[in-house]
Amino acid sequence: VDEEEEYECVSVLNSHTQDVKHVVWHPNQELLASASYDDTVKLYREEEDDWVCCATLEGHESTVWSLAFDRSGERLASCSDDKTVRIWQQYKPGNEEGVACSGTDPTWKCVCNLSGYHTRTIYDVAWCHLTGALATACGDDAIRVFEESASSTPQQPTFSLTAHVPRAHSQDVNCVAWNPKEPGLLASCSDDGEIAFWKYQRPEVC
Amino acid sequence: DIIRTIRDPEKPNTLEELEVVTESCVEVNEIGEDEYLVIIRFTPTVPHCSLATLIGLCLRIKLQRCLPFRHKLEIYISEGTHSTEEDINKQINDKERVAAAMENPNLREIVEQCVTEPD
Repeated sequence: VDEEEEYECVSVLNSHTQDVKHVVWHPNQELLASASYDDTVKLYREEEDDWVCCATLEGHESTVWSLAFDRSGERLASCSDDKTVRIWQQYKPGNEEGVACSGTDPTWKCVCNLSGYHTRTIYDVAWCHLTGALATACGDDAIRVFEESASSTPQQPTFSLTAHVPRAHSQDVNCVAWNPKEPGLLASCSDDGEIAFWKYQRPEVC
Repeated sequence: DIIRTIRDPEKPNTLEELEVVTESCVEVNEIGEDEYLVIIRFTPTVPHCSLATLIGLCLRIKLQRCLPFRHKLEIYISEGTHSTEEDINKQINDKERVAAAMENPNLREIVEQCVTEPD
């Protein structure tokens, strides 16, 4: 940004082979993630004044519509037209789990696949940095919330569905967002032109 | 009924006349209270890529505008009728791509001509 407060383009990244649906910054590292119609998620970092693609996450079977990092940035959630949400975990070089890395870049591995919950394309996923809850916006007009279950382990996290609002909107839900200050406050929007506010409370037993 | 009169983008016939769509290629299932899943499987006359996506687009636009009930719409090229059917199916069912296509004035013009009912 120069003196006149204009924006200057510093880099153009064209690693994806098809439309890019979403980008999101890592919460505390200089790392960018992107989601694409080409079914992949890509990660980018800065290297000597330019940005390079340092990882490609494959696994989804169709367009990846959105992404969300958890508070620590160690995990990334992705949602797709294939009706699944995948959770990816970062493994740095020299990690004690013995996951191989190439060079100095961390590797990301898919450690959880939430399937069978959504009946249509999932357009957005949001990870609450206050509570760790995961919300999804789906083309079946519903909003769902998942939380990590008691039986979850760091290497094999498991999530259970803790809330499901079947007709949250009268058309596709396109986006969900957790309020950064108030736990449980969720906003959603839809093709029906409406924005809705929700109060989520974690159920007693998960 | 809504789709039978859509005209083919290249020929002066309707999709029904060219047997691109037939009554049997339309599936309607109830998926909730007053909501229906509509699935259309169409057979393009020629295995030509851009024509197929254009027909898919016309089907989607006409149905979106004319279906009187709450619905979810899926449009597919009938299996085995096209070499790149997966690619085409993915495109015509991606709502962002459909919206982007309709922002293209040339495409929009063609689609409007194909879906407008003759007076």
